[in-house]
Amino acid sequence: MESVIIEGTPKTPSVKFDAATGILEIKGRSIPENSIEFYKPLVDWLDKYSTDPVSQTVVNIHLEYFNTSSSKCILDVFKKLELIHKAKNDVVVNWYYEEDDEDMLEAGEDYESIIRIPFKMIEVED
Amino acid sequence: MSFNLQDSFRKMNEGDVLLAYKGSITPDLITNVLEVIESKLDDINTVSAVKKKIYNVLVESLQNLFHHIDELPGQIKDEFDARFGVLVVSREGDLYRISTGNFVRKGKVKQLKDKIDKINSLTRDELKDMYKFVLNHQKLSSKGGGGLGLIDIAKKTGNRMEYSFLNYNKEFDFFNLNVFVSEPSN
Repeated sequence: MESVIIEGTPKTPSVKFDAATGILEIKGRSIPENSIEFYKPLVDWLDKYSTDPVSQTVVNIHLEYFNTSSSKCILDVFKKLELIHKAKNDVVVNWYYEEDDEDMLEAGEDYESIIRIPFKMIEVED
Repeated sequence: MSFNLQDSFRKMNEGDVLLAYKGSITPDLITNVLEVIESKLDDINTVSAVKKKIYNVLVESLQNLFHHIDELPGQIKDEFDARFGVLVVSREGDLYRISTGNFVRKGKVKQLKDKIDKINSLTRDELKDMYKFVLNHQKLSSKGGGGLGLIDIAKKTGNRMEYSFLNYNKEFDFFNLNVFVSEPSN
């Protein structure tokens, strides 16, 4: 299965989804006006990946900013991962937030309370 | 009260203005505004948490404008740009104010008022629950709006929003929304 590699822009994050290693990364800013356009291919990729995932999928979310339009799409990404986890595969989400960014920590905790997969909150320096 | 653009814009420009814009609200304009405000915030001596809040709230305010601006009928169109909106970011003491303005059809006014009043009446925990509920249960519109913008603004700022609707003509009101980010007091 092909990997997804997308360069970041001022309004969209960089993405690296590697099916061979099971390491999935979303990093940067996610503030497009219409986030469906950006996230639909990622959700479709996860759909395919979920049919034959590696034994442990590690998801690194390291966002500086995301808007409410993206927040729904990110939830869709997590819902796909939840299905992979439900099918008895290891899935862990590392949710990175910059120190003092309580809003970003809280956003991670909000997802953690909705989605049944283990989250690790990781503080990084500014 | 009836709407006069010059008066409204003057009122929105009170305080120490960081940025003021009136005209079409497009994705490119939003990108430009965010770049400008980011470099201005770099120069301001405040904690990064406040800068991030201002940036976040500005993103939601601008994208709310972008998603909800009503197509104007011919007569207003001649006078204003298509997708006309107003934005002012200013500082008064330890409050940053993000003020937006746009025309809304009168038929939508009550629903919008009720929504803001409801959000303004909620405690922080109630806002958090509402955010999670809408996040988990409401579908995105085809334009990408999710009905979460105002809730997110209220949750992040912890301040009540102020608004007014000024009569423009039989069909339209001019909607002015002010949201406030406070400097931490210590």
